[in-house]
Amino acid sequence: MSDKTLTRMDLADAVHSQVGLSRNESADLVESVLDHVSDALVRGESVKISSFGTFSIRDKAARVGRNPKTGEEVPIHPRRVLTFRPSHLMKDKVAAGNKS
Amino acid sequence: MKIFGYSLYESSSAGWKKTYSPLGGYHMIRSELIQKLADENPHLYQRDVERIVNTVFDEITGAMAKGHRVELRGFGAFSVKKRDARVGRNPRTGESVSVEEKHVPFFKTGKLLRDRLNGG
Repeated sequence: MSDKTLTRMDLADAVHSQVGLSRNESADLVESVLDHVSDALVRGESVKISSFGTFSIRDKAARVGRNPKTGEEVPIHPRRVLTFRPSHLMKDKVAAGNKS
Repeated sequence: MKIFGYSLYESSSAGWKKTYSPLGGYHMIRSELIQKLADENPHLYQRDVERIVNTVFDEITGAMAKGHRVELRGFGAFSVKKRDARVGRNPRTGESVSVEEKHVPFFKTGKLLRDRLNGG
């Protein structure tokens, strides 16, 4: 497994070469895609991208946590967390592609 | 209109729909994302907007299939985690089965998005 990391720029390059838009506009559109997904999640909607996966929001209740170093009890406030559930297709592709 | 017992609301504008999720609240689906992008970019062909959205998600999946990481600052990072081989059990029969080592997709939410979800 290689350690290569892709960024927004790589996604923008892919849009640039696949769709033929300028690099600038491709970068803006990649950003728009991420913004729309984020905005929907912030509104409390889940985002379901077929054959990719589902982003959903879960409410976590308040609980008492503990500082593992000091043993001190600290209250953890209720919060919303984002979970991503990959589609079967993605799981299959990732499993097949990384088979040793 | 009802699908699987959940009501489905369809917007009159350009055919995007909001589906009610079993957990309550709305779902945004791929076609709605495409429609929002198309509405904001009237100079683009619908076909191209579809290709843009598909390219973004396909690139992420493709990168992970090669064992790469995709880091989208502020949004989150997609990576591949290795799950060791283990002895599993068929829950119905109790029979032991060996489960091979495998790699699974993983997503970690970015700090900015995590803060926004909590009103930050």
